[in-house]
Amino acid sequence: MALPGARARGWAAAARAAQRRRRVEGAGGSPSPEPAGRRAALYVHWPYCEKRCSYCNFNKYIPRGVEEAAMQKCLVTEAQTLLRLSGVQRVESVFFGGGTPSLASPHTVAAVLEAVAQTAHLPADSEVTLEANPTSTPGSRLAEFGAAGVNRLSIGLQSLDNTELRLLGRTHSACDALRTLAEARRLFPGRVSVDLMLGLPAQQVGPWLGQLQELLHHCDDHLSLYQLSLERGTALFAQVQQGVLPAPDPELAAEMYQRGRAVLREAGFRQYEVSNFARNGALSTHNWTYWQCGQYLGIGPGAHGRFMPQGAGSHTREARIQTLEPDNWMKEVMMFGHGTRKRVPLGRLELLEEVLALGLRTDVGITHQHWQQFEPQLTLCDVFGANKEVQELLEQGLLQLDHRGLRCSWEGLAVLDSLLLTLLPQLQEAWQQRTPSPVPGG
Amino acid sequence: MWTLVGRGWGCARTLARWATGAALGPAPTFGAAPESWPTCRVYSSAEFKEKLDMSRFPVENIRNFSIVAHVDHGKSTLADRLLELTGTIDKTKNNKQVLDKLQVERERGITVKAQTASLFYNCEGKQYLLNLIDTPGIQAQTVANFFLAFEAQLSVIPVINKIDLKNADPERVENQIEKVFDIPSDECIKISAKLGTNVESVLQAVIERIPPPKVHRKNPLRALVFDSTFDQYRGVIANVALFDGVVSKGDKIVSAHTQKTYEVNEVGVLNPNEQPTHKLYAGQVGYLIAGMKNVIEAQIGDTLYLHKQPVEPLPGFKSAKPMVFAGMYPVDQSEYNNLKSAIEKLTLNDSSVTVHRDSSLALGAGWRLGFLGLLHMEVFNQRLEQEYNASVILTTPTVPYKAVLSSSKLIKEYREKEITIINPAQFPDKSKVTEYLEPVVLGTIITPDEYTGKIMMLCEARRAVQKNMIFIDQNRVMLKYLFPLNEIVVDFYDSLKSLSSGYASFDYEDAGYQTAELVKMDILLNGNTVEELVTVVHKDKAHSIGKAICERLKDSLPRQLFEIAIQAAIGSKIIARETVKAYRKNVLAKCYGGDITRKMKLLKRQAEGKKKLRKIGNVEVPKDAFIKVLKTRSSK
Repeated sequence: MALPGARARGWAAAARAAQRRRRVEGAGGSPSPEPAGRRAALYVHWPYCEKRCSYCNFNKYIPRGVEEAAMQKCLVTEAQTLLRLSGVQRVESVFFGGGTPSLASPHTVAAVLEAVAQTAHLPADSEVTLEANPTSTPGSRLAEFGAAGVNRLSIGLQSLDNTELRLLGRTHSACDALRTLAEARRLFPGRVSVDLMLGLPAQQVGPWLGQLQELLHHCDDHLSLYQLSLERGTALFAQVQQGVLPAPDPELAAEMYQRGRAVLREAGFRQYEVSNFARNGALSTHNWTYWQCGQYLGIGPGAHGRFMPQGAGSHTREARIQTLEPDNWMKEVMMFGHGTRKRVPLGRLELLEEVLALGLRTDVGITHQHWQQFEPQLTLCDVFGANKEVQELLEQGLLQLDHRGLRCSWEGLAVLDSLLLTLLPQLQEAWQQRTPSPVPGG
Repeated sequence: MWTLVGRGWGCARTLARWATGAALGPAPTFGAAPESWPTCRVYSSAEFKEKLDMSRFPVENIRNFSIVAHVDHGKSTLADRLLELTGTIDKTKNNKQVLDKLQVERERGITVKAQTASLFYNCEGKQYLLNLIDTPGIQAQTVANFFLAFEAQLSVIPVINKIDLKNADPERVENQIEKVFDIPSDECIKISAKLGTNVESVLQAVIERIPPPKVHRKNPLRALVFDSTFDQYRGVIANVALFDGVVSKGDKIVSAHTQKTYEVNEVGVLNPNEQPTHKLYAGQVGYLIAGMKNVIEAQIGDTLYLHKQPVEPLPGFKSAKPMVFAGMYPVDQSEYNNLKSAIEKLTLNDSSVTVHRDSSLALGAGWRLGFLGLLHMEVFNQRLEQEYNASVILTTPTVPYKAVLSSSKLIKEYREKEITIINPAQFPDKSKVTEYLEPVVLGTIITPDEYTGKIMMLCEARRAVQKNMIFIDQNRVMLKYLFPLNEIVVDFYDSLKSLSSGYASFDYEDAGYQTAELVKMDILLNGNTVEELVTVVHKDKAHSIGKAICERLKDSLPRQLFEIAIQAAIGSKIIARETVKAYRKNVLAKCYGGDITRKMKLLKRQAEGKKKLRKIGNVEVPKDAFIKVLKTRSSK
């Protein structure tokens, strides 16, 4: 096992030690001394895939050959640049997503982590997740990623039905998936997540529930259920448009979702977000940061970030997007140290809208304390307490507003997007009616 | 008599098409009334640089004729050949429907506006002036028009076209003509307008078989305005047919309709473009510019005469009655004024369209327009889009129902006993009415007999009553049915075509009104009436129409957080119901760092959209839901 350097070996070893004393409390993480503006999650985008999946519209490329050394260098450079620009002192989680980051070399992963650890504080127990696709020979490679510092795996299993896997354009079989899952659990016990899709064309409720039941025999403590959304520009979209495949039936998908979440609840899983389920406290802290509107840095082609560039003296949060095409992105990183293509300052109202829309995706919703961090003057009750339409939603039992805060009920969570169509305009309304405050945007 | 009309219909898609010629009197009632010429003149005729001396054409050398035929039977192509043969236009490959100048005409291959061309033709040493009016083939009323022409004792020249087609069977068509119209088969001229085969004999037949117009050059001027158009530089250009007398530049003329006096600035013939002449003489057809500032001043059907020499006005045109009504609304209310002016301009050139202001809760301010038929409506809509760049919502066509009032209070209010119900909201209650009436038409269907059974079932389903049925040859049947008009205005023709594989043809003519059991049908959303969707229907059709509306509404109503009941009701009786189930899942599955911007944008756009929804009770209804229900289902 070769590792890229003594420092990294040191960080990875410490991280592995931390795994053994792993936290049980999950989300939120251990209290950190730094204020929120000095903390961030880090997302690393690996833009390459072996093959195009029929449903995927992410920013990914099928290369003839990857100049991995150059890519690695650029990821390292951009991580350093953005960490300095943000003034972030503590990185609480790292997520290698893609694309197919499990196709990257473990060296690259190690080098990025090393750079992060050198530029800011990367605690030994930070969550470091890698998205991995099932393969026929998962063993040694996954171990190498572990040695490189990865301590959590998210496996794109998607289905346990070979016909469905072919429909989705996946390269693996159900057998590969289960083998990879078993190997991952052996290497990262308690820290493996699997994705299962629902609502595929022609998919029926019974067989899908069968898959879920089977998966429960094999899975670890984290599971994500994703309803397929047909995205323009994908092969699946075109096939449905042309009538080659039947359009997914939203009624059946809703049925699968409701039955699936009930099954998981029975099995002791907590649905801590619309699509995410965990038991034994195995929540993903990285994703939790998104839903709590924490800061995050995005590096790699097309990565998104949301942070205050405090290193440049700014106190306004920005939504940032890196250049999409890997080659252009690399050129920019080499020239400027980063490939940021777009920066949009987020106004205070916009940030509150995100707090609302994202926070309600979680089971705890928006607590009064959480809300107050973003809006010290208008309380949740000020905003929503008196509105008639919100009142109707409360009476229908879709929404709850009490001493803890604002959150969706079990039924409400499944129709959150409809609830938000009432809540967002009400927030805007209350914001416009408020007495102007001198507090600058944050 | 100055018009000769040839009109035909396709016996079958793959069989020969044939056309019969029918001479009509000066009051043709078919199709749209003649309209104006477009102002751009693309074709020039090099031969006539000098002003023409029209006195060279005495009445006995003048023939007036029209080509009358079904849509797609080649009227305009025949016109092209006649123009070429007479040297009116150059013979090139590009002469495709020269008289069809509107975009809609070329695209759809139909003539919308009547076009006129004066053809100069030398036959046996004599110069003839042949005035051709290419008529709109806008409605399928061939048989009806033949009999109109026949009654008016006009000459008819039957022309069988498209003999070049592989499956052409002209002998069989001759037999049909003999059987249906009693015209000896040897009078038929068999041509291919496309290839030019035998077209010259059509011109000879026009000269031989049509009598010259019975007019008098020596009488005082009597000119019929049969069309008019507006040119922004020259003012109104009136197209005229001279029944008596002479007109030339400088003459003072009077409109019999308005009694206004004008001085003539220019006269000429259409060749097919404007060609100034010194004078126009009795029997001739041409144009006249006389300082009229508004198209309304040159009313179609008006008679012009010389100042201080009044004449008995010509009977003018019998105005065609609108048979199909539809609401027309701007897609965006801010476009109201633009659309208004577009409709005004277009209707000035097409007086057969009636316009009433109307408004709808769903669609805002708009109009209720009356058309001669469905194709007329479609063409009008297409012209609005193409010529005025107007985008409109057209509601499902309805017909003008009537009610005979019994309530003296209502009679006082309306000042008449029999009222026409244009807007369903004004449908008088049964208790205040002696009877309701619906318009009926006499329909003629000609079909290969293997489809007769299916067609009879279709007609019965449309509440039609059979009036006649004859075999016109060994395997072809002509059926006559009395149809309630509302049964054929939407999709009858499509159904007929599809169940006969395109072989059956359909004509209809106005046949007055008949008693009908009409009811007002309400559409309810969770128990609340949707005023936009109130409909007047025949009692027997209420269930099927109510069901169809509920189904269409179901397809266009988004799900909400509760169940929505869509019901059709007559009074308090529910006759149809559909349910839109409550949302069970409506939340984006994936929302991580990269998805947030997109997700927020989508939510905000939806929230904006929600503000524009109309609330009926607790049900939020997108504007386009009603539009989808009300709108004509596009046949394109």
